[in-house]
Order: sequence, then C-alpha cells, then structure tokens
Amino acid sequence: MLDLLKIPVYSIQEFTLLTGRAYRNLFLRPHYWDDVVIQMDIIGFGSLPIVVLTGFFSGAVMALQMSRALSQYGASGQVGQIVAIAIVRELGPVLTSLVVAGRNASGIASELGSMKVTEQIDAMRALGTDPTKKLVTPRLIATAVVLPLLTAIADFVGMVGGWIVAVPMLHLTTGSQYWSSSWRSLEYNDLAQGLGKPFVFGMVIALVGCFYGLQTTGGTQGVGRATTQAVVVASVWIFVLTFFITRIFVNM
Amino acid sequence: MADHGPESVLRFERVVVTFDENPVLRDISFNMRRGETRIILGAAGSGKTVLLKTALGLIRPDSGRVWVFEEDSSDFSEHQWMKLRRRMGMLFQESALFDSLTIEENVAYPLLNQGAPPPPGEVRSRVEEILTFVELEHTLEKFPSELSGGMRRRVGIARAIVTDPPLILYDSPTAGLDPITANTIMELVAKERDTKSATTAIVTHRFQDGELMAKFSYNPGSGKLEPVLRNGTDPVNTVFMVLKEGELVFEGTQAELEQSRDPYVSKFVKH
Repeated sequence: MLDLLKIPVYSIQEFTLLTGRAYRNLFLRPHYWDDVVIQMDIIGFGSLPIVVLTGFFSGAVMALQMSRALSQYGASGQVGQIVAIAIVRELGPVLTSLVVAGRNASGIASELGSMKVTEQIDAMRALGTDPTKKLVTPRLIATAVVLPLLTAIADFVGMVGGWIVAVPMLHLTTGSQYWSSSWRSLEYNDLAQGLGKPFVFGMVIALVGCFYGLQTTGGTQGVGRATTQAVVVASVWIFVLTFFITRIFVNM
Repeated sequence: MADHGPESVLRFERVVVTFDENPVLRDISFNMRRGETRIILGAAGSGKTVLLKTALGLIRPDSGRVWVFEEDSSDFSEHQWMKLRRRMGMLFQESALFDSLTIEENVAYPLLNQGAPPPPGEVRSRVEEILTFVELEHTLEKFPSELSGGMRRRVGIARAIVTDPPLILYDSPTAGLDPITANTIMELVAKERDTKSATTAIVTHRFQDGELMAKFSYNPGSGKLEPVLRNGTDPVNTVFMVLKEGELVFEGTQAELEQSRDPYVSKFVKH
C-alpha cells in the first residue's frame, strides 16, 4: 500500500519543488528574456490560427443551439447576451486553454523530454545554466501572459461567429441589437474571471509540460509517454480549476 | 591531509550513489591530483558515467564526500556548484550538443553563460579559434544534426574546453566510433591535455585509449603525438582505475594494470 502511494507522493513533491523554483526564479538573476519572447512567439502567435478557428465555431454553434430555444420563448433578441456570457465566462477560457494545452503542454514536454534523454539538460547544468531558469521560468511567463491575450481574441472571434449565425444566417435579431445586448450583459466580474482563468491555466499548462518533460526517462518511448501525460494532466487540471474559480466568482 | 605532491583536484571519499535502492557506486575513494591523467575503465553499467556526473555535482552522493579543487562539495547548493563547474569541462557520452542551436552557438554557450560574458567580437574569435583546434572551423553555421558522429564528438570537445578549464572530464569519447575517428578524438584529448596542462579524467571501455594517453604526448613543435620517453622524467602522469558493478577494483599505473591477475581487470588489457 505504501509503495503504491510512493510514486504519486514523490511526483507531488517534485512538482511542488519545481513550481517553487520556477516562481523564485522570477526574482533571481539571470533572466532569459530572449527565451521569454521566443516562447511567446511559439505559444502565442503559433496558436493563433487554431485558437481563432476554435473561438469562431464555438460562438457560432452556441448561437445555433440557442436559436431554437430562444425563439420558443420569443426571446431571439437575447442571443447576443447568451453567446457573450457563455463565451466570455467559460467557453473562451476553457476551450482556448484546452487547445493550447494540447498544442503546447505536449510541445513543451516533448522538447524538454528529448533534451533530458539526450543529456542536454545535464549539459546545460554542466555549462553553468540552471535549467529551471533557462527553460521553465520563460515558458511559465510566456504562457501566463499570452493565454489571456489569446482568450480575448477567441472571445471576440466567438462573438463574431455568433453574430454571423444570428444575424446574416438566421435573422434572429438585428446587428445592433446583437452587439448592444452582448455588450450590456457583460460585467467586470465576467471579464475578471474570463481573463483570470486563462492566466491560471497558462501557468498550469507550462508547469505541467515542463514537469513531465524534465521527469522523462527511458528514451524516445519515455518522451512519448511524457507528452501524453502532460496533455492529459493539464487538461484535467483545467476542468477541475475552472470549477473552483467559477465557484469563487459566483460567490462574489 | 598530510600528504605532499601537487594539489588535489578531485577527491572521492567513500562515495555511495544509489538509484531506486540499487547501489550504482559503492564506497568509491580516490584522489586525483593536478596534472594527472586518469583513465577509468569498466564494462557498461559499471558506474563510470555516474562517477563523472557525481564529480560534476549533477548527481548527489547518498553518502561520502566529493572534494573538487580541495573544496568539500557535500553541502553545496546548485548555485555554488555552478561556480565550481566553471572550472570543469565535460564531454558527454553522446556529445549532448544543443540540437536547436548552431555549432557556433553551442561552442559559445559556456562563454556566454559562465560568469560575465566577454564582448561579442571576442566570443566569435574564441569560438573560431577552438573550432580550428578541433579542425572544424568550417562548421560554424551548421546544426549538430548535419554533422557526423565523430564531428559531433569534436564539437563536444570544443564546447568542453572553450573556457580552458583546469579539469576536464571525458565520458566515453570514442564510444561508437570507427578506429580511425576514435584515434583522431584521442589525439585531440591528448593535445588539449599537453598544450594546456589540463588535469584529465577519461571514462572508456577501450584500453588502447588509456595506453595512448599514457605513452604519447603532444609535441607542439611537430604538431603530432610522440611517444613519451620512459627515462624517469616522464611528464605524463597517468593512473588507471577499473570499476566493476560500482566498485573500484583496481587503481594503479599501466604496468600494474598489465600485470594484474584479476580476471575482470585483465580482460581490459587483452585486446
């Protein structure tokens, strides 16, 4: 029984230590700002097409699903409000983060995992660089900064998607009513949770990706395993955390 | 310690390393002095690489002490180790070059990341100089994947010695190479040792690598390796060590190694 618990407890301990070091590095020199910018480009700009596509269709499908229900109650005019709230509070942050987790938690884990199994991490330490400073902290900063930005873009594109379905396609409402109802329905609370969530998820994605990458053992097969675990664990954490963060905001 | 002779560069004192409760290094003690060449022989899995990584502080011993440049590193933090590692060079088994960086960036890496970086122009000229030393001056812009195994090993050597560290550790420099390339690599290792008087530890499973280091030295005049005269003023001070399943089973000179009657030890001499 104790042996069964040993591995998860050890993993939690190592993850906590890595997280602690990654945050401590924010205040310690040297800072690798070049790497932060490179990672922002890879994670942020690189994820843009898929985030735009996901955002657009989630907004469009939301409007489509709501169209019938709303017209039953003669409330078709409210479609903008429903799309805005659903997208900004939940769908935008969670779907964008899931897409970035699939794309970047795996990317980070496989990159660091390959470096680990080819002794590049050891070489880095031998050559005077702390891998948590050079590899982990830049990814942590980059993901935490770009994910809220990506979410904001996804939210906007999602509302446009909803508008295309609601106005030109199904004529549920007028353009001005769609935009004004969606604008009026949003409160600061919605924006705070809509951008706070991806900030937290971004950190989770980077840390989980780095953790599984740096824990990799067992050659190329190990890299594959680390990649899969990183995506699965990061995705599950996104779902768990969105519940708790929403719970906090609902109570506020 | 009350002994005399050159200062100690690397000293292991009853070092034990275990992985998942399996001992990988068992009670290893030795003392390596400045100017010495140490050949560490052993079969695969005998703990040779772990020994080098322990010397570099990449692996922490479960018990025992590691002294580097006469400093007890037992309670060193990673930050303290970083400072110590600036005086050590390491060639990793498969070279461990950063595959997303060019050869120039790989070789410049220790210059830029160990202490205060020199001016950019100086970095470039130093990288060119050291790549000329390993005869790869034409590969600056290439990536490691574009080079052959032997060339990668040479870049690995260039990266290990670019800062002129007084202690250089080579992990299996000739593993997986053809005899001609292996010889070129060993000539480079000897050249670096003899031109910079670097203390050198070489992990290998090939006795002839050790023999070359013990019997030959680099002559800067002729630019070649030449046999060392055995007239009592032997400038090359080579010690052989044999590891077996994590235990140090032999430590001594080449002559003592050749005379050993231990069946495991003598296997390395027969070739």
